[in-house]
Amino acid sequence: MAGIKTQILFSSFEPGNALKLAILKTGPEIIEEIKNSKLRGRGGAGFPTGVKWDLVHSAQGDEKYIICNADEGEPGTFKDRILLTDHPKKIFEGMAIAAFAVGAKHAIIYLRAEYRYLVPGLVQAISEMESARLLGNNILGTGFSLSVEIHLGAGAYVCGEETALIESLEGKRGEARNKPPYPTKKGYMDCPSVVNNVETFCYVPYILTNGADWFREYGTLESTGSKLFSISGDVAKPGVYELEMGTTVNQVLKMVGAQNTKAVQVGGASGICVANKDFDKPLAFEALPPGGSIIVFNKSRDMLEVLSNFMEFFVEESCGQCTPCREGTFRLLEGVKLMQEGRCSINYLKTLRELGETMRVACKCGLGQMAPNAFLSIIDNFKGEILARDRVEINGKQTHSI
Amino acid sequence: MADNLSSNKVTVNINGKDIEVDFGTTILDAAKLLNIHIPTLCFHQDLCISGICRICLVEVDGDKTLQAACSYHITQPIKIKTYSSKIRIARKTILELLLANHYGECYSCFRNMNCELQSLAKEYGIDELRFVHIDKPKYKPDSSSCSIYRDNNKCILCRRCIRTCQDFQGVSALDAVNRGIDTKIAAFFDHPIVDAVCISCGQCINRCPTGALREKDQSNDIWNALIDPGKVVIIQTAPAPRAAIGEEFGLPAGTCVTKKLNTALKLIGFDYVFDTNFTADLTVMEEGSELLSRLKDKLVNNKNVYLPMITSCSPGWVKFCEHYYPQLLGHLSTCKSPQQMFGALLKTYFAQKSGIDPKNIVVVALMPCVAKKFECERPEMRSSGYKDVDFALTTREMAKMIKETGIDLKELTDTDFDYPMGISSGAGQIFGVTGGVMEAAIRTVYEIVTAQPVPFDNLQVTPVRGMEGIREAEIYIPHATDDWKFLENKMLRVAVAHGTSNARLVMDKVLDGQAIWHFIEIMACPGGCLGGGGQPQPTNERIRKARADAIYAEEKGMAYRKSHLNPMIEKLYKEFLEHPLSRKSHELLHTRYTPRGRF
Amino acid sequence: MTLESSNKIIAAGIKETTEKYGCKKEKLLQILEDLNKEFGYLSEFVLLEVSKNLDMPHSQIYGVASFYSFLNTQPKGKYIVRLCKTISCSLAGKKKIANALENELGIRFGETTPDGKFSLMFTNCIGMCNQGPAMLINDDVYYNLDPEKAVEIIESYE
Repeated sequence: MAGIKTQILFSSFEPGNALKLAILKTGPEIIEEIKNSKLRGRGGAGFPTGVKWDLVHSAQGDEKYIICNADEGEPGTFKDRILLTDHPKKIFEGMAIAAFAVGAKHAIIYLRAEYRYLVPGLVQAISEMESARLLGNNILGTGFSLSVEIHLGAGAYVCGEETALIESLEGKRGEARNKPPYPTKKGYMDCPSVVNNVETFCYVPYILTNGADWFREYGTLESTGSKLFSISGDVAKPGVYELEMGTTVNQVLKMVGAQNTKAVQVGGASGICVANKDFDKPLAFEALPPGGSIIVFNKSRDMLEVLSNFMEFFVEESCGQCTPCREGTFRLLEGVKLMQEGRCSINYLKTLRELGETMRVACKCGLGQMAPNAFLSIIDNFKGEILARDRVEINGKQTHSI
Repeated sequence: MADNLSSNKVTVNINGKDIEVDFGTTILDAAKLLNIHIPTLCFHQDLCISGICRICLVEVDGDKTLQAACSYHITQPIKIKTYSSKIRIARKTILELLLANHYGECYSCFRNMNCELQSLAKEYGIDELRFVHIDKPKYKPDSSSCSIYRDNNKCILCRRCIRTCQDFQGVSALDAVNRGIDTKIAAFFDHPIVDAVCISCGQCINRCPTGALREKDQSNDIWNALIDPGKVVIIQTAPAPRAAIGEEFGLPAGTCVTKKLNTALKLIGFDYVFDTNFTADLTVMEEGSELLSRLKDKLVNNKNVYLPMITSCSPGWVKFCEHYYPQLLGHLSTCKSPQQMFGALLKTYFAQKSGIDPKNIVVVALMPCVAKKFECERPEMRSSGYKDVDFALTTREMAKMIKETGIDLKELTDTDFDYPMGISSGAGQIFGVTGGVMEAAIRTVYEIVTAQPVPFDNLQVTPVRGMEGIREAEIYIPHATDDWKFLENKMLRVAVAHGTSNARLVMDKVLDGQAIWHFIEIMACPGGCLGGGGQPQPTNERIRKARADAIYAEEKGMAYRKSHLNPMIEKLYKEFLEHPLSRKSHELLHTRYTPRGRF
Repeated sequence: MTLESSNKIIAAGIKETTEKYGCKKEKLLQILEDLNKEFGYLSEFVLLEVSKNLDMPHSQIYGVASFYSFLNTQPKGKYIVRLCKTISCSLAGKKKIANALENELGIRFGETTPDGKFSLMFTNCIGMCNQGPAMLINDDVYYNLDPEKAVEIIESYE
């Protein structure tokens, strides 16, 4: 099953077909179908989509919201950009089906500021769909209405986290909330909200049209269907690939013409850095959590420089609310700089390790919890390279180790 | 799990013990019921939940990550562990991270030995810092305000000050700005706090766990005055510090140490020790008369008057009104606060009587308040021809001075206040509690109008007492003397509010014309002055209630209970002021306000 | 035109923008984005007017404005050049582009040209990882850059 370049999302699609099928069912029936397909969130966390919709459906509240997380900011990820540019109607149809299923009348797409140039295309898609009665008032003559609003971000990666996203939608600083309560119960403006990734919504029309069983034929038992991968780095053929869940790293490397590969970063900066020994592992939630990106590093790359780039990213993007993330990312970056100058003692490395492990369990949101992943995996997999650094002199003076 | 299944109780298991709690109880509260201690830092009883310091982490069975006990609401039966290796390591690491970025040394910090960060470091056995400690200050401290001193280098970003200022007090002078490691607490566009809408109530100081916020310390100036042979240094003490200063010496909250404090002050070297309650009584006379005069103008002369009338002895409240309700400033009583009345009288009446040149008099006020520092600097507070009150000291500053002298307050004998401005009534004493000014005023006004004492047991006007944010009461006037016949059979409606977010609710009603009251008492601080920004730290409801009980208990046993029966007050009018609202009173004891706007 | 009258016009414009969003507090971010685009940056005056129109404390509005990278509270150039510095663009050679831009404009990253035309900033991943190095100039995206191409693009901006 795995390893074949499959086309689900990139296969043919007639806007409206899935919605026409959806309106003939009840909300619970649609939710059951999504549940049976075992579709999991494609934004990185992988929460079962059907379960999420079910929670919103049964939550108490007069107003419910469908929110599309288009704040794609994970380093190395650009798959959502392709979907937003070339396949917008799939997204909106998925959102419409979700709205119909849970009883929502409003939908919002939170689009990152860096993708502002995509707005005209999205507006056009919405307009065309409204003319075709696939969005807006009285969809397909059913009396069901859905308004779709485009809401721009303003340059904050942390707003990709669902509660920080909702805070941003409410006009506040993008700082994650305490969970529970989850957005399914108390989301945007305290109303039950479905927050799903762009890619997740795109699968919905296909599942409705072809059935849950069909979807489960792809991928693995736990990670059904296909997945989009943004592939970049030291490869001959970078780009967005649709692959079955369960494809191994080796298969991917072969497909994209990677040579002399030293390491592969799976899942962006918050993912893990996989070394040669693990290239046979499959990309699936139960093995190597796929995220949305694969960055390939060949043997010429300095892994500490790579790590420094990742940690700098987290220091800049941390919202700063909780202590372990705000201070921890800063200390990890400081540690990487020490390593680059050959001044990091084994003891301090142990301290940083412990810091990373603490951040994983102590931080308030996913950003802080995942930030140490790259650090820990690179330290583990490339220890030899790191410890073999020469001590750097600063201004002609001997430097101290820490 | 269906959402609408909110049964009232849930049973959870904490550290092996089962306990039944109300649906929605936090793990922190549930643990408290079992006497299990979970350390916290950003959590504060008075404030909304934050969940950002990550100190109170616990293990919840089934969750991969640790959960913050203060913000985790229990909705289903779960198993919780409050200590484990994972938790211990996490907590220690987080503390080390905070300490490593905390610039300054404990030994030179005013929170030394009374700092929550320090206490946690000790409790969790921090005996080494594995992260490189910051060696240069990142921020320049803000010393622009005469009341509050801010040092962001000591800030641990718990955001209690923001939650206090925004939610608790409804002022919002501060917020978190920037992102990530650059996050800091600042006013609009990082302006100095003196330019912001800060009302100087100092509630932020009371809730800050470290030394990042403190009052502007003026004790050095006092020391200099005390050793200056040419100066006569007079101190007036307010009731609220007297009920709380004992806490700085290890006494439990709610221990009144009034007379021991007098001894300490004499030992330190103050030439005269007077009682601010004396001018509190005076305030009752002036303000009570002002209220009656406004009522008469309305009911008899049919004039357009500013009713309801609102008290004006809380400078934090006055500044709040000047910023947010400048169009309603006419409602404020024109009376100065007792502190300021005292200063004006000391440099005129007392100076004349004792033959001291007023330019050599230094007036110090011991206050529970940091806004009083702002108040004595107000340009209109110079009716004596000099700065009426030279310095307002907080309870904390005073405790420091006493300790510096090597005095143990607990061991001292009692000393009375000095004559003549040391005689006061219980009515003046209760100014320190929310509802106290109202009660004091009612005791006098009622008796002036009806020639009878208030119809309450032991003069305790209980309807205006208590800790609810806004309280209302109706006082019926069954019969009146000839002068006040227009008030006979009328109902005097009053309201009491404490904390400026409650003040806002009351003032919005006044703004809308929906206020049915005639007289309103507003205090900026929760609990009234006893919860002031200059009182010992920490603060919480229990402590404030204990201080209130102490103040009420002390006043019950006082010789005089009503302001108008204070013989010294009678003397003051006879010898100097003539009568309430006289021209001299207006010159010295009344003031005006400055509309400031919200920006 | 006096300062007062031009302020009045700006204030009226800001009022219009907030009214366009129904003066709703939850629309603050969208209001700030619109004003940021219109004025190039969010000055004290602008934020105070927003605060008045939304009846929100100005300290909170500043807290929001200072949180987001794409909202400026300090004046910036007419064109803001944002060069991606995250990993894939870094591997693809963003350093060369950075040097070329700095040389061409005569400023370092973080600065604005004296004539107020260009501001140079680094930014984090803009989703062009397979076509790096990439940059944004205001809302326009450019990718597959090399030093010469980057300079050409800069020069095309009036």
